[in-house]
Amino acid sequence: MKTYQGIKYTREHEWARVEDGLVYVGISDFAQNALGDIVFVELPNPGKSLKAGEQASVVESVKAASDIYSPVSGTIVKVNEALEDTPELLNAEPYENWIVALEPENLSEMDALMDEQQYGDFCAKEA
Amino acid sequence: MHSEAQKTPLYEAHGSAGAKIIDFHGWLLPVQYSGILQEHEAVRTKAGLFDVSHMGELEVSGEDAYQFLQSVLVNDINAKPGKAVYSPMCYPSGGTVDDLIVYKQNEAKYLLVVNAANTAKDFQWLQENKRGRVNLVNRSAEFAQLALQGPKAEEILGQLMAEDLTQLRYFSYDNDAKVGDMSLILSRTGYTGEDGFELYCRPEDAQRLWDMLLEKGFPLGLVPVGLGARDTLRLEAALPLYSQELSEDISPVMAGLQRFIKPEKGEFIGREPLSAQLQGSIQQKIAGFEMIDRAVPRSGYEVYCNGSRAGHVTSGGYFPTLKKNMGLALIDNGCAQVGNTIDVEVRDKLYKAEIIQLPFYSRKRG
Repeated sequence: MKTYQGIKYTREHEWARVEDGLVYVGISDFAQNALGDIVFVELPNPGKSLKAGEQASVVESVKAASDIYSPVSGTIVKVNEALEDTPELLNAEPYENWIVALEPENLSEMDALMDEQQYGDFCAKEA
Repeated sequence: MHSEAQKTPLYEAHGSAGAKIIDFHGWLLPVQYSGILQEHEAVRTKAGLFDVSHMGELEVSGEDAYQFLQSVLVNDINAKPGKAVYSPMCYPSGGTVDDLIVYKQNEAKYLLVVNAANTAKDFQWLQENKRGRVNLVNRSAEFAQLALQGPKAEEILGQLMAEDLTQLRYFSYDNDAKVGDMSLILSRTGYTGEDGFELYCRPEDAQRLWDMLLEKGFPLGLVPVGLGARDTLRLEAALPLYSQELSEDISPVMAGLQRFIKPEKGEFIGREPLSAQLQGSIQQKIAGFEMIDRAVPRSGYEVYCNGSRAGHVTSGGYFPTLKKNMGLALIDNGCAQVGNTIDVEVRDKLYKAEIIQLPFYSRKRG
């Protein structure tokens, strides 16, 4: 499985990584593969505040709509507008294409997420 | 009652071809192989092969079989020899028991191909309404069914058969078709909006037929296709799906199937209410719509018209060939005119859509 340095994962198959103090959030390769062809991404409005585990976005595949939950608490500062016209980027390169970026309330929330190794084990059990 | 999921004769083949398998009304079937969008595209531009062995086959025979079928089906089965007949089957209320295809086997024997999930219910319904000298047998376990669909279907199948397929017209069938030493019922029908064939074979021949078709078809772009693309293909062609566009509460008139209802043929179950509905007495009907706002409509979402609830989405989604978000909705007659604007409720918000002419997609006929 293709992965990133310093990347963390949730049990709902989102990934999160920190860059310049912001937490970027996307979906894992496991998630995009399970969803199948992604045809629509509903992006939230920047400025929206979320608690960890609250819905940040909705990703729709041909088959169904899936909620995307924020891995950490914070305020959405950016959304990836490229996904409006090319949602299939999430299938093609799930780790290159983030969905939202948050200004985190407390970066230590990242510590509660799974690392590479733990997430790999978690997926092996789900598959 | 919970029973173990059934497998088609091709179950192992799907697994080794890398299909994702799901439980579909008690059948383990492939939902996709390479991906729904790719498979959908292949059927529209080249060809796709489907395992639809889960479909039910009910045999109605006996000297009164014809009269009996005329009394339970709303279409007239008195067709030209070799012509398959599509017909809804209705309750006395006009609501729909199922929609099916009738193949005449001989003067006193007919095969009804029914929706998998309705097989037991249909059998029961036919049994309860049986009259005259009629024998009813569920032959579902004796048939596997493959569907070869797409513009290249005729060319692919033609390489395996002595028969001149150009002579087999749309909705015609051949009870005694042969591929090598395999006997088939070969029907020029389908559920994709493309040209194509449905092949009914013995379960023990299914794997060989499947492999032969894929091998011959490979150079022409044939790929195996799962239930996911089967649904997007039929929806683009605005073909109804039982339990969504047809149901006990949705009559064939409401579903826009007027041309398959023949009150002039004589008495049949549901004739009175359906005749009245044909004269215009329906409150709601199935209409097609295209999203104006950005949102994907899904089955079950509420529809509003001028601020009041007017119905619900029966089927919807992203339409791969048209590259638009569209759907079918059961809505109040007054809101269903082409050009009218409706609102679809998606996750507690309203999104605008416009009623459009059906079908969404129709192939260019050569």
